[in-house]
Amino acid sequence: MKVFRSTLVWPLVALVVLLVFNAVASPGFFHVEWKDGRLFGTVVDIFNQGARVPMLLALGMTLVIATGGVDLSVGSIMAVSGAVAAMQVNAGAPMVQAVGAGLGLATLLGLVNGVLIARVGLQPIIATLVMMVAGRGLAMLLTGSQMVPFANRSLTWLANGSVGGLPVPVVLVLGLAVVTGWVLRRTAAGLFIEATGDNEKASRLAGIQTGGVRLAVYGFSGFCAGLSGVLEAANISAADPARIGDTRELDAIFAVVAGGTALTGGRFSLAGSVVGALLLQTLTLTLYNQNVAPAVAPVPKAVVILAVCLLHSPRLRARFGKRTQPVAA
Amino acid sequence: MKRQSFLRLAGLAAAVSFSACKPSGSGGGGGGGAAGGGKLVVGFSQIGADNPWRTAETESVKAEAAKRGIELKFSDAQGQQEAQISAIRSFIAQGVSAIILAPKVETGWDGILKEAKAAKIPVVLVDRGVTVSDPTLFATLIASDFVAEGRMAGEWLVKKSGGKAGIIQLEGTTGAAPANDRKKGFEAAIAGSPDMKVLASQTGDFKRSDGKNVMEALIKAHGAAITAVYAHNDDMAIGAIQALEAAGRQPGKDVTVVSIDGMGFAFEAIKEGKLNCTVECNPLLGPMAFDAVAKALKGEELPKQLVQEDRLFDETNAPAELPNRKY
Repeated sequence: MKVFRSTLVWPLVALVVLLVFNAVASPGFFHVEWKDGRLFGTVVDIFNQGARVPMLLALGMTLVIATGGVDLSVGSIMAVSGAVAAMQVNAGAPMVQAVGAGLGLATLLGLVNGVLIARVGLQPIIATLVMMVAGRGLAMLLTGSQMVPFANRSLTWLANGSVGGLPVPVVLVLGLAVVTGWVLRRTAAGLFIEATGDNEKASRLAGIQTGGVRLAVYGFSGFCAGLSGVLEAANISAADPARIGDTRELDAIFAVVAGGTALTGGRFSLAGSVVGALLLQTLTLTLYNQNVAPAVAPVPKAVVILAVCLLHSPRLRARFGKRTQPVAA
Repeated sequence: MKRQSFLRLAGLAAAVSFSACKPSGSGGGGGGGAAGGGKLVVGFSQIGADNPWRTAETESVKAEAAKRGIELKFSDAQGQQEAQISAIRSFIAQGVSAIILAPKVETGWDGILKEAKAAKIPVVLVDRGVTVSDPTLFATLIASDFVAEGRMAGEWLVKKSGGKAGIIQLEGTTGAAPANDRKKGFEAAIAGSPDMKVLASQTGDFKRSDGKNVMEALIKAHGAAITAVYAHNDDMAIGAIQALEAAGRQPGKDVTVVSIDGMGFAFEAIKEGKLNCTVECNPLLGPMAFDAVAKALKGEELPKQLVQEDRLFDETNAPAELPNRKY
């Protein structure tokens, strides 16, 4: 069965199982209504809340992980870009300029990660750990460690408005995912990323600018984190430098791994990461809906994560599939 | 300019509460320092300045020291326990008379507190406790009673709703003492009213964004059954209010919203009619801290915990209080 060799199938299976459970256990889970010119329901929340943080961060993280790296700084970069955008609109800048400034600085911080890794030769986990600490500090420094509330309607619209009934973040993020996937697969860029992650030395000898590839993926990851930070600030009409994005890098890594991109680098699947992020968000909302006590909620979460990872394990699948299909040793 | 008037205001408030506490013997304590000839020197190790609450606490201690003519050695540890320990060590080396400590975490203080005790310097803890092998290592802890805060919020809601409500509880960070205690106090207060039902109780991690996300989800799950929200802090309450508004509900009117902390923005929200009530968690611990310092220096035995009085504000008294808020 060829379909079971696709990496996308396992997070999808987990997602479907979870959705079936919800269909049985919580009536109204799939209830979607039209309210004030927009769709309103739990499924819409999954897409909206999922798009704003895990999905967006996972987009950038997928490419970073495909090169064999990791980016721990995304949560802190969220804090920086949210703070910059909020301070800009408070200073009277138009929304586009404020968002541009936030995204610009976030991309720059991502590129700094890239330089530290590709040019200076630091381990990705160390370089981005440094940025994780420094970025949070920068956000605190910019804001004087205080929350920055704002009342700019066009900025809050970015997270609270809707386009054709769909929340703006969903349209933005799915659009970004589709464009990114299209560009990577229609050009050689995707191949270069996978080659860099598979075997950097061989790729370099084959003429791929692996340093440039790495620089680009960290810059892109910074950009995605920046957009996520802007959307999170827009959602609550305030930038929260101390706590925005805190530990969300782990959600992103989970979404990527659940989606079938291995931490060792090489082949990646953007669609898989999107499904992984949806799986994570569905799980979170399921636990809210079932009113699972917050103290024990991490346990069912861990069980689902473990199950998906085990399904991805070729060794485990080989053991169960031994009789029907010979798996290359 | 703004900061100066702020300081003056803080000083004024400190003066007011000081005179209120006067009969409890602080007059004698203050006299002890001044009459002893030299100026009293006290060290204050603060965790950091990461939120307005903590900044207000720092200002309260500084203003009270200035008011009493005490020389304050202040150290901001920027969130690092190690920095607090080395600050205390340097206070000891400088021969301060007493130390005020707002500990970052509960554990790991045995060693440095023993050094302070050996130097016969009393240590007064503010707003958070420590776990130590020997309770005589610190003079007293001055803090708010989180259980009482939760109970006040619960009792207020029972009265307001006439004993009948479908409640969403937004808990603080799982395992944190304020979250556990505010939950305990609230649930005890509503236990006697069978029609006060907690529909769901989920954590919003004390964050505005998580408060909004959780509320969005729970509105879909419980719909019109929700008539009240109890949030363990003001930030989550604001997030919940935004989610309720987006869902077409009227927070403050068809959904009663109660929270804890008494931050300035919560008072604004009460004034706008979106938040119904907030129980303050008073950071202005300076006057009580220096009262305790004075007593400890006179060799008086202090109870191991002194409770800071917290007040409740709703639409009847919040607007009048708003101009006086310092955090």
